[in-house]
Amino acid sequence: MRFLSILIAALWLALSTAVSPAAAAVADEDLKRLVDALGVGGFSEAEAAINALVATGDDRVSAILDRFGEGDLYTRKADKSVFIAEKAGSDFKLLDPVTGAEAGVVSKGEIEKIKVNNRIRRAIAAAVGSLTLRSPDAAIRRSAAEAVMKSKDAAAIPALDAAIEAETDPAIKQIMVAARAAAVLESDLPEADKIAAVEMIGGLGTRDAMSMLAAYTAVEGPVGEAAASAARTIESSLLVWDAAQNVWYGLSLGSVLLLAAIGLAITFGVMGVINMAHGEMVMIGAYTTFAVQEIIRTSAPGLFDYSLLIALPLAFIVAGGIGILIERSVIRWLYGRPLETLLATWGVSLVLQQTVRSIFGAQNKEVGNPSWMSGSFTIGELSITWSRLWIIVFAMVVFAGLLAVLKRTYFGLQTRAVTQNRQMASAMGIRTPWVDAFTFGLGSGIAGIAGVALSQIDNVSPNLGQGYIIDSFMVVVFGGVGNLWGTFVGAMTLGVANKFLEPYAGAVLGKILLLVFIILFIQKRPRGLFALKGRAIEA
Amino acid sequence: MITGFLLNGFDTRARVVFALLIAIAILVPAANLLLPPDHPLHVPTYMVTLMGKYFAYAMLALSVDLVWGYCGILSLGHGAFFALGGYAMGMYLMRQIGTRGVYADPILPDFMVFLNWKELPWFWYGFDQFWFAALMIVLVPGTLAFVFGWFAFRSRVTGVYLSIITQALTYALLLAFFRNDMGFGGNNGLTDFKDILGYNIQADGTRATLFALTVLAVAIAFALASAVTRSKLGKVLVGVRDAESRTRFLGYRVENYKLFVWTLSAVMAGIAGALYVPQIGIINPSEFDPANSIEAVIWVAVGGRGTLVGAIVGAITVNFGKTWFTGALPELWLFALGGLFIFVTLFLPKGIVGTVQAWWAGKRASAPAATLKPEPAE
Repeated sequence: MRFLSILIAALWLALSTAVSPAAAAVADEDLKRLVDALGVGGFSEAEAAINALVATGDDRVSAILDRFGEGDLYTRKADKSVFIAEKAGSDFKLLDPVTGAEAGVVSKGEIEKIKVNNRIRRAIAAAVGSLTLRSPDAAIRRSAAEAVMKSKDAAAIPALDAAIEAETDPAIKQIMVAARAAAVLESDLPEADKIAAVEMIGGLGTRDAMSMLAAYTAVEGPVGEAAASAARTIESSLLVWDAAQNVWYGLSLGSVLLLAAIGLAITFGVMGVINMAHGEMVMIGAYTTFAVQEIIRTSAPGLFDYSLLIALPLAFIVAGGIGILIERSVIRWLYGRPLETLLATWGVSLVLQQTVRSIFGAQNKEVGNPSWMSGSFTIGELSITWSRLWIIVFAMVVFAGLLAVLKRTYFGLQTRAVTQNRQMASAMGIRTPWVDAFTFGLGSGIAGIAGVALSQIDNVSPNLGQGYIIDSFMVVVFGGVGNLWGTFVGAMTLGVANKFLEPYAGAVLGKILLLVFIILFIQKRPRGLFALKGRAIEA
Repeated sequence: MITGFLLNGFDTRARVVFALLIAIAILVPAANLLLPPDHPLHVPTYMVTLMGKYFAYAMLALSVDLVWGYCGILSLGHGAFFALGGYAMGMYLMRQIGTRGVYADPILPDFMVFLNWKELPWFWYGFDQFWFAALMIVLVPGTLAFVFGWFAFRSRVTGVYLSIITQALTYALLLAFFRNDMGFGGNNGLTDFKDILGYNIQADGTRATLFALTVLAVAIAFALASAVTRSKLGKVLVGVRDAESRTRFLGYRVENYKLFVWTLSAVMAGIAGALYVPQIGIINPSEFDPANSIEAVIWVAVGGRGTLVGAIVGAITVNFGKTWFTGALPELWLFALGGLFIFVTLFLPKGIVGTVQAWWAGKRASAPAATLKPEPAE
């Protein structure tokens, strides 16, 4: 009789929750009444009570059932009320299973443990699975479906069927369908169902699907054949995705190289000087970002998402200013002696490194990612992080901007004239010393804003620049001097080549191979990929 | 004939320097071994080792000066040859450890046992013999330099480009030697040496002998370099340095001259490295660091490029300064070194020795010139 009344109450609750999807709205007392039913009668009654609890769809149910499965639920003999009991010395502390409120301490004799057998445990597991599959929170539904996909539990099929029916989010629905297919393969359903499941999984084309199918390729009969052929299809499509992934990583690395090298390309192109302190300009840009973020953190935390945008012009000004200072104080005395300039700028780089170390300390600085830089999304099998995407976009913007400055402005015209023929440009009335100074400032400023971008993906330490300087040289020398497109092609080629070598040769050996390749390449084309033609280059 | 070649190559200054080096090679070990420790002129052993290190660096600087000062090849990768020579010596010393290593394996060095290698890699064969190691000390850097130079000079890679690819070379080697599976001890390199040619490497006598040998090697290298630079070949080299195209148009095979001096220089650097390792007691991949090679260039610049003596003076001065600075004011060392780079290139382009020479020559020239009637300016 009592059993019937519970069932009716549960039905009523289920109806009421169906009307209002906010499932947590079941009243505490109602829920408690259903929980109490767990302690009445034998296992069959307990199972019915579990189902009744599940039917409420309440958020708290799965936690209660978990405790039940662990054997933590006890009945108080006095009023047949069910509690969670925790050992407190020789006595037990009772907790209300619904509200979590303490309900006093009792001795062992006053309570009785609700027995749990395997049948109950299975019922609980299925119940919790279907509960989470129907949870109002999309993230919980997704993880529940993924859990089924991993466990391949055939018992979850009915719950999944119901969940698929109710699901509104297409992405989660797809995961559920895949999870159902995985479960079907493990079940004893007829072969036709299994083949359909194989086809379903094969259609996903993911790495996970591939490993899932790999387990069934050895199975005798049509299921195994279907699995094998689906696995082959996935494998060939994965190869394409792998290549795409490598290209993507390569482009991303290439953009980093481009950012680091492009300023160097300008100064080298115009002045024929390799600026060894170039890496330190990148480092200064990164530290400017750090300083901007520190100020924002302490005085205006709301602006944090804009910190990079604020840091960009500042880094350009700081690094560019230091660049002009270096040019005016050191480099201009050394024109026509490129090798000496190389040594002097190396000295400058040591001084800058030590200065930054003295001001900020030697340890790495934490530069945060704004919210729009963190996270990732996927296209097919390609996982794309926002930070990489933004750096590629940023590198392209910087590159285009620099091209525009050089091709479309008067300053650019002068710079190109000096690059091509210094004496002639000077004879035409161009003040070459000023062009030198501002070009050096521009190159250093670009390095500075490269530092802003690199602060997002690299450790910000005084040695940051050292890590990029040799790579930047390689890019510039490979691409050829005095030609920004050469630098662009050089950076992208080296980036992509590096990422394609990595899986076969390992990261370090891949890099060594590239260095050797560049050394050999320079023998073949001593002036790089896109060499300037004419007399001007014979300094 | 060779003696004649060497003697012809000696002017008075070179004879003085040579004699001075020989005197140091004899007197310092004598002061270390023969004088009692409380004697005011006693040189403690750590000082002998420290000076031995300086002189090994001086030899590296000599080799850099030979190519940079006389042939205009700015190598930013000479540290690679130095380190390769060092590794060849280190491999010999490793195999001398024998069963005294931590794992007491008679054949395999400790790090190979640690990496669970079963047998010696082929390139470690022969290094238990000193003559073989000595041959490798010369051959490995020499061959690498020859092959590298053969390609580079034939393709007429010059100036900054050449500097960059020498840097790429040493950087590639740095990365390679960091790898454990290269078979050179990876990150930790080779260390924990016990003895050399049967003598305990820690003993005072061995250390003093190594010092004497190092200084002697510097003296010989100096004599050889002086002879080369004062010979007809040396004049052509200077021609290449100052006007490469013009020298080529005059009919000289520029690349062959460059290749010769480049290879010779690399061998010198390799020997310097081999002398350096037993005194320091360790060789690891950081010796390949491009920064080290650039530092070697600044020694030459400080002492005086194209003077040979300057290279020795510069290496010893800068390294003495480094020892003192890193001990007394460690955070200022990079400022000092960086400032030195800037100061020397801006204000002392001839270096210490070059400036003194110019001043001396000016003084000597001005004395007789004063008696002549000044010519009207053109």
